[in-house]
Amino acid sequence: MYPSAFTYYRAGSVQEALKLLMENPDAKLLAGGHSLIPAMKLRLASPPALIDISRVPELAGIRDRGDRIVIGATTRYDDIQRSELVRQVLPILPEAIEVIGDLQVRNMGTIGGALAHADPAADLPAVVLALGAELTAFGPDGERTIPADQFFVDLFTTALQPNEILTEISFPKPPAHTGMSYQKFANPASGYAVVGAAAVVTLGDDGKVAAVRVGVTGAGPYAVRRQNVEQALTGQEPTAAAIEAASQLASEGMTFNSDIFASDEYRAHLTRVFVKRALTAAIERARG
Amino acid sequence: MQITVTVNGVTYTHDVEPRLLLVHYLRDVLNLTGTHIGCDTSQCGACTILLNGKAVKSCTVFAVQADGAEITTIEGLARDGQLHPVQEGFWEKHGLQCGYCTPGMIMTAVDFLQRNPNPTEEEIRHAIEGNLCRCTGYQNIVRAIQYAAEKMRSGS
Repeated sequence: MYPSAFTYYRAGSVQEALKLLMENPDAKLLAGGHSLIPAMKLRLASPPALIDISRVPELAGIRDRGDRIVIGATTRYDDIQRSELVRQVLPILPEAIEVIGDLQVRNMGTIGGALAHADPAADLPAVVLALGAELTAFGPDGERTIPADQFFVDLFTTALQPNEILTEISFPKPPAHTGMSYQKFANPASGYAVVGAAAVVTLGDDGKVAAVRVGVTGAGPYAVRRQNVEQALTGQEPTAAAIEAASQLASEGMTFNSDIFASDEYRAHLTRVFVKRALTAAIERARG
Repeated sequence: MQITVTVNGVTYTHDVEPRLLLVHYLRDVLNLTGTHIGCDTSQCGACTILLNGKAVKSCTVFAVQADGAEITTIEGLARDGQLHPVQEGFWEKHGLQCGYCTPGMIMTAVDFLQRNPNPTEEEIRHAIEGNLCRCTGYQNIVRAIQYAAEKMRSGS
């Protein structure tokens, strides 16, 4: 299968990538290409030009910036998994990445590519929501920061403007007594998330839930936070009964996808079940 | 666009169309047909090669993306007539039936054993999730990789 012909540009810097993007408004940015190239081969996408940003040095890498960890947008999954810093501080990232695609896909795919593509069944959107990440976009007016909560707008649609480039994802380092977990019901054929739930829970000195964030992906057209679950659990003793009660709220007020593999009703059920599993695992880890 | 790649130790320079997939470059331009095309949709892993030492599906990479890269295909694994331990494992443990998935399976296993020299059976099965064997010969494929792991650990 051949994609339709395109012009290939290779950017050496973010500025050059932006300039190329301004000159070629219908161009697509190429990072790992593992969503874009399959879509081009099926002719679901036929961009007239590709701007390869995978060799822009400042876009890749993992940096410790004091109270935050910053991951460049074109950092490949495999490099995130191999990072000792990420394993120590943000263990939910390697946990979720381990169930993305397969070994070969993780060698090519990038964190920023996945987030900017905003596939409704991608794993990482739930994780960046639960971690309270911030995404940096670079455009003609300079840089701006988009909270993860405002990033996912609709099916395959983000808050990024067509002339903006996602440059980095910044994660706050979690406080002590924080546990995190990503739990996924994977489609047995594709491996994509039918429903994926990410939970990040911080316990106070009294053992009660001091802070909790929950993100859900796969279930609906785009990944969402579940504030109702968070509110129900905050300040509570994290007993099995309290987790169960909060998880029951996970499917409320959501729009669910429905397809041949899972009906909307089934996805609603899976959302409650996998939010509960993610919360349970996160709380167990928070207790150490 | 002109690209220069080193494949199995030999450096090549060619003018290629940007939409040329790496797997077609290897098979049709370099005549290295050991790398197979299976599903052509990033699922089956038959086209797996090593790009700068890492296993990737060459049906999902444009040749222009590989410009400047070191590539290893199945043809480049054996040294001085000696099979690579993973190839030997597939031979010894009957790790193939029809052989279609074999080059990709072997290249994935080579990458995997570099990062995990002493894997459990479960870890091996997880590592080859991106490689499909339609003969369903997974049992012996796992044994072949276990054989290779042991052989590589013993350094012989």
